[in-house]
Amino acid sequence: MATKKKTIRTIPQDRTPMREVDPQVRAKNFEEVACGYNLEEAVRESERCLLCPDQPCVAGCPVGIDIPGFIKKINEKNLRGAFDVLTDTNLLPAICGRVCPQENQCEGVCTVGESLEATAIGRLERFVGDTAIKEGWVNIPHIEPNRFKVGIVGSGPAGMACAADMAKAGCDVTVYEAFHLPGGVLRYGIPDFRLPNSVIDAEIRKLEQLGVKFECNTLVGRLFTIEQMIDELGFHAVFIGVGAGYPTGMNIPGDSLNGVLSANELLTRCNLMNAKAFPKFDTPLPIGRRVAVVGAGNTAMDATRVSLRLGAEKVYCIYRRSRTEAPARVEEVHHAEQEGVEFHWLTNPVAIIDDGRGNVRGMRCVSMELGEPDDSGRRRPVVIPGSEFDFETDVVVYAIGTNANPIMGQTSKVKLNKWGYIGADDSLATSVAGVFAGGDIVTGAATVIEAMGAGRKAAISMKKYLGIRDAEQPYLSGLQGGADTLFGIDLRERNFARVRINPDSSAIPSTTQA
Amino acid sequence: MANFEIIRREDFSPVTYLLEVRHPLMAKAARAGQFVIVMQSEQGERIPLTIADYDRKNGTITLVIQAVGKTTMQMQQECQVGTSLYGLVGPMGIPSPISHAKKVMCVGGGLGVAPIFPQARAFKEAGAYVIAVLGFRNKELIFWEDKFRACCDQLILCTNDGSAGMKGLITDGIRMALEGHKNIEEAIAIGPPVMMKACAEATRPHKIKTMVSVNPIMVDGTGMCGGCRVKVGDQVKFACVDGPDFDGHLLDFDDLMSRLQRYTKVEKMAAERWSDSCRMTKQVGPSALDALLPGQVEQKDLLELPDPFEEVQGG
Repeated sequence: MATKKKTIRTIPQDRTPMREVDPQVRAKNFEEVACGYNLEEAVRESERCLLCPDQPCVAGCPVGIDIPGFIKKINEKNLRGAFDVLTDTNLLPAICGRVCPQENQCEGVCTVGESLEATAIGRLERFVGDTAIKEGWVNIPHIEPNRFKVGIVGSGPAGMACAADMAKAGCDVTVYEAFHLPGGVLRYGIPDFRLPNSVIDAEIRKLEQLGVKFECNTLVGRLFTIEQMIDELGFHAVFIGVGAGYPTGMNIPGDSLNGVLSANELLTRCNLMNAKAFPKFDTPLPIGRRVAVVGAGNTAMDATRVSLRLGAEKVYCIYRRSRTEAPARVEEVHHAEQEGVEFHWLTNPVAIIDDGRGNVRGMRCVSMELGEPDDSGRRRPVVIPGSEFDFETDVVVYAIGTNANPIMGQTSKVKLNKWGYIGADDSLATSVAGVFAGGDIVTGAATVIEAMGAGRKAAISMKKYLGIRDAEQPYLSGLQGGADTLFGIDLRERNFARVRINPDSSAIPSTTQA
Repeated sequence: MANFEIIRREDFSPVTYLLEVRHPLMAKAARAGQFVIVMQSEQGERIPLTIADYDRKNGTITLVIQAVGKTTMQMQQECQVGTSLYGLVGPMGIPSPISHAKKVMCVGGGLGVAPIFPQARAFKEAGAYVIAVLGFRNKELIFWEDKFRACCDQLILCTNDGSAGMKGLITDGIRMALEGHKNIEEAIAIGPPVMMKACAEATRPHKIKTMVSVNPIMVDGTGMCGGCRVKVGDQVKFACVDGPDFDGHLLDFDDLMSRLQRYTKVEKMAAERWSDSCRMTKQVGPSALDALLPGQVEQKDLLELPDPFEEVQGG
């Protein structure tokens, strides 16, 4: 039935809505807000994909998921098939379906979106990912072990994606994480109501089933250096995916008062350390009656909504540009607004006012208007003279961006660029042989899926560096993770020992015997 | 899950204790001035503790802790030999630069005496003449006198009540050292911020470079939360990745002390709740012994101290 010719007139005109918990109820707890599709809703929404020949969505996806392919399977109610297509390219559908900025990626270029609302690709992806977790589906390919040891620094999305690809190629993969739990930004940054911890746990378990080992409580750089990993610990290749979590300060008077904290601190205390369950958990996070969050990215939205759930009566979001320029996902701004966050667009803080005892009493702001476009193409906000005003608040949270973490630069010879991020070439190789890097630590703050894309790209380069034949390379040049491959392993070759193209011919027998 | 086993424990006083934890990799990597973050249990908080010593041969690191808050009190009760810590990560921070100064003064106040030890030893190994100035409240709280005697050329011991060494504040000891030695090239001070501030003020007129080791409130210890930011000169620095050692003549101590008060209220609440729950499980019915329980003493202690973290860390 799916092969029947569909046109924009014959498909369901309206996007299938996703059920959500009532804003009044959910603003008081940490349960997930969006409930996800059920089978019926998913099949209906899958009808809305035209299966157009151009497939702009595939090109719009940073990892190139065969989107029409998996949607077609949903339409056929073949959910296992849909999962297989998805996991060919995307390791973490349940996560990406929730946190990707689809409106700027696949859905933003969807053909249906030209005349109607775009097909809800993200929601469909999440539906398949959730079904897989519920059913316990895992795609574990035949893995032929080789003699290579690969070390991954950082267990966030970039590290996880790279680890999966290297494990599938037969390497012995160890992922190092400084925190006591793996997941990186997925764990400490994104709150439960957007991405439940159980989903992260499930996705990490999948990696463990591929043979990936996670070593927490390990601060690479300080416990051992990148160079030591190669020279002493026996790693043949290393991937650095440590993210860019060093928060940018506001640099205005009063920014070191008590009650001024970074969104990172707020979110880490709440998500990773469970401050929301204080005193059952020991980490405190007194939130105050009124909270002002500065910034309008996804992190800022998370901070506003976490503050509400921690019991703040009033939560303000302060942003110097207008709503159109806000970098957050549209859905996040919408959810925050529904839950009662008060938005102050075109407003910029100039000072934080103290109560005389070292605490925050309020904030001084100026109003802005939009001027000429700046380098980023967005209209530059300009101060309106004489528009200064004060308002009262007990806590100020700043979410205005992050910088590169300095630890790698302090402890290794890996070259950094002028902004302090790790310098990498197009193949994501760094200045040190065998060491690759990707994700935010190379590009600066970006998205989960972009980091995963970088992790996978680095994995391709690492395989090449190690001399592991990448199934895609000889036969399917130019095609990355097409429908016929499973994380770089050609499905047609599942049962064959992998052949490694390696100038060191003495190494070949050991692999073929294995 | 990694296993961070406690292989030795020593109680210096009713509130001060030492834990030696097995971690061969860290013992190999640790250098003077670095710190670790400890999580005692899955529900616990992450607390920064300065590494007081490390034994590369036996693969252990040593922490000296004062029970002042909920977590350190609970650790005092539960961290026995043979048990393990849930989380232990480090060594964190930039190691203290051990210069080739010929004469160095190492100042340690209270629990700060523990983390100053590896620095004193490192300077001695680098060939310096090392003067240690150690301050304690009273004789009962003194620890590691022998360790310092073994690696220092001169030891000035002060107690607030005169029960051991010279009577007076640590600044009196510093003054004595400065009078006795005109050619001190460098000073290092670790202790509560008030003490470090006083030490920096004492050396300022003599233009002696003075490094202090700060321990503000931290969550991750990897440069991610920004909770440990301090003002140094006109710059904002993160103690966890840019420190923990800073120039004492440039550091804004008032800002540091004010920021350490951030969670005082909830910390006190948690500590009280914890002592109460201990009392309930230990005692059957109300008892006149209540007044003698450690909980009472520690609560009093809490009120006296500027900040639990600070004392826990010793600097």
